Amino acid sequence: MGRYVIRRLLQMIPVFFGTTLLIFLMVNVMGDPIAGLCGDRQCDPATAAQLRAEFGLDKPLWQQYLTYMGNVFTGDFGTAFNGQEVTELMATAFPITIRLTIVALFFEIVIGISLGVVTGLRRGRPIDTSVLILTLVVISIPTFVTGLLLQLLLGVEWGIIKPSVSSEAPFNELIIPGLVVASVSLAYVTRLTRTSIAENARADYVRTATAKGLPRRRVVIRHLLRNSLIPVVTFIGTDVGALMGGAIVTERIFNIHGVGYQLYQGILRQNSQTVVGFVTVLVLVFLAANLIVDLLYAVLDPRIRYA
Amino acid sequence: MRGATQAKWAACAVAVALAATACGGGDDSGGGGGADGIVSSSWGDPQNPLEPANTNEVQGGKVLDMIVRGLKRYDPKTGEAQNMLAESIETTDNQTFTITVKDGWTFSNGEKITSSSFVDAWNYGAALKNNQKNSYFFGYIDGYDKAHPETGSASTDKLSGLKVVDDKTFTVKLTQKFSLWPDTLGYPAFAPLPKAFFTDHDAWLAKPIGNGPYTIEDYAKGSSMDLRKWDDYPGDDKAQNGGIDLKVYTDNNTAYTDLTAGNLDLVDDVPASQLKNVEADLGDRYINTPAGIIQTLAFPFYEKEWDTPAAAKVRQGLSMAINRQQITDQIFQKTRTPASDWTSPVLGEDGGFKKGLCGSPCEYNAAEAKKLIEDNGGIPGGQLKISYNADTGSHKEWVDAVCNSINNALGNNKACVGAPVGTFADFRSQVSQQKLTGAWRAGWQMDYPLIQNFLQPVYYTNAPSNDGKWSDKKFDDLVNKANAESDRAQAVSTFQDAEKVMVDQMPVIPLWYQNGSAGYSDRVENVALNPFSVPVYEEIKVK
Repeated sequence: MGRYVIRRLLQMIPVFFGTTLLIFLMVNVMGDPIAGLCGDRQCDPATAAQLRAEFGLDKPLWQQYLTYMGNVFTGDFGTAFNGQEVTELMATAFPITIRLTIVALFFEIVIGISLGVVTGLRRGRPIDTSVLILTLVVISIPTFVTGLLLQLLLGVEWGIIKPSVSSEAPFNELIIPGLVVASVSLAYVTRLTRTSIAENARADYVRTATAKGLPRRRVVIRHLLRNSLIPVVTFIGTDVGALMGGAIVTERIFNIHGVGYQLYQGILRQNSQTVVGFVTVLVLVFLAANLIVDLLYAVLDPRIRYA
Repeated sequence: MRGATQAKWAACAVAVALAATACGGGDDSGGGGGADGIVSSSWGDPQNPLEPANTNEVQGGKVLDMIVRGLKRYDPKTGEAQNMLAESIETTDNQTFTITVKDGWTFSNGEKITSSSFVDAWNYGAALKNNQKNSYFFGYIDGYDKAHPETGSASTDKLSGLKVVDDKTFTVKLTQKFSLWPDTLGYPAFAPLPKAFFTDHDAWLAKPIGNGPYTIEDYAKGSSMDLRKWDDYPGDDKAQNGGIDLKVYTDNNTAYTDLTAGNLDLVDDVPASQLKNVEADLGDRYINTPAGIIQTLAFPFYEKEWDTPAAAKVRQGLSMAINRQQITDQIFQKTRTPASDWTSPVLGEDGGFKKGLCGSPCEYNAAEAKKLIEDNGGIPGGQLKISYNADTGSHKEWVDAVCNSINNALGNNKACVGAPVGTFADFRSQVSQQKLTGAWRAGWQMDYPLIQNFLQPVYYTNAPSNDGKWSDKKFDDLVNKANAESDRAQAVSTFQDAEKVMVDQMPVIPLWYQNGSAGYSDRVENVALNPFSVPVYEEIKVK
């Protein structure tokens, strides 16, 4: 187990360098970012040259990358064009997005798995059919439609929530945005759990457990659910990374100043320092989430062992 | 029925969640009504650090408009430059100016404002080492080329044209005659700066200190800024409200939604997608007034084929092929006005705006357009490509409409096409590096309400924003002549003579004047936009 973890951690190093280099190249392909800083007029050449020097944009790309990586290891992610340190931007953006992700994961896990168990145990019944139809509807509607609709209905028409999240973004304001972010994944979690439960419900060990006279609750939770969760955990694990990076649309709709917003701003302003910095952290989150998923396998099913 | 119980539990979780949100949805706008009421307003994240000489876009400009006052101020209604901190600005030769600063003004930290507050600030703004994006504003002052050379390093960081005479007086020597120069001093770049700006720059940036009607109480970079009325403000434009809370919005649609839901008092940029509903939603709480912005189509004069007498006729033809009225009505829902000169209505008749100056070349006439273009050898290169940035501003819609109009007039579906560029930064870098070979969308937002500002920086030979590199000796001579006129009316009319040169040459095709738009809640009144399309915050009253 220990060796497995170490091997996985070592694997993260080339992935880390590869992704950052790719992002670095992609942002640089977009052209000269300084030109956009002066609005619809030309920056005066001397100031532009000086700004380029300040951000290191006058050096060849490989040198920029090496300097950047060198700085990253000392905890310096550079400076955004508005004069803020990228680490400062991260310190404000990540906690917000993490809260949003927690809310979303909570919905995925609690609602998604419960609905999955309920429908999986009652295949073909009306509740199963209606949840199946419902999840299909949720999957087929893009999140920005759900988001704008909920914002309009709950925020403007009925006044239950505020249409926009304040800059502190406390948990209670993130509930509806979290639900919107989670919606599609939630539907998938429901369906995955349902299929997995339905498949395992007829397994020998479930029959044995029932025959032993265990209470039904214990059979479902300890025996059936535990074994059925492996595909679901895999899905949720990869979803953590997707949730943290991919909430751009929802963050825009609900005015959440999180990672998605900062990335969007960074790309719009071609601010490579911001984009590369945020993506680097996201890559790390993604890798860590995947590692945790793999370790969870062993917890859920002791038969799965890593040398 | 355990399953059903679980389903019920899940439903409860959602209900609880909703209820919790409802609890959190209370009103936190604070303050009371009347003169202490706080106004909440939409904001965007300023692109550059907030320094007077480094702020060149609306979002940062809004804040500066509230916290700093310069020698002059533009009247929020007429745009006329009036003395603010200036006791007097005198000159005998239109080149050397003696400026006297009024007594009794201080910064909000108590520091007295003297002539050095200005001279130090201007030297800072001009010095190359400080990377100020508006430093070209100081370009008319003697010694700018030493403090801010176009290439290489600066030999000094002081402008030799600035001299402090005593605590209240300083003199400015310009590189050329420029009679209207004092009127440029209302721009925030010319604002005075306190000593704290130079001694602890980082602290100043974290919480700027100025001398305007508001002080900054709290600034959370990237998300919000709370400004409060400064009670000891000595000016006569004191704040009529208790303060302004600026909130950064990720999307102006969300800000608009917040306004309609009653969570926000003021939105100063109504999103294009809402223009159809705005009158139904807000009624007379919707403002749509001209701003000092003109949008144009620019051409590459560095390309030989565009720099010929025949091409000038073709440009006139293209201009006549554009149905401005139809496009402004249908695509912009009347938030633009068809342009018939190269300035803006906010200048007023006295300031140099002249409706119809362009004459027939700016009027839609499909038949004449076709004839002009075909008689002069057609569009250079056979096809007109209009480049624009596709990321913001929904430029695609109107560029396509302009092309349609041209194509219809010429009876050729391929005569004009839009050429999108991914990001604004990339678009600007292609424009400024002369990489575009066809036309591109251009525009000019005035720095100060002067006809000079609409012409000289954009069309004078090698001027900083003359991206198309148009050059015309007659135009340049007239601009120089106008700048040297000591009589204001005479200067304005000479500038208009220069503008007439552009009718024949059509260096850029004027399209339309842009309006500023805003909407406000029924909690506030007396809301207006100034000629820069920035809300006049200090005049807003809370009911």
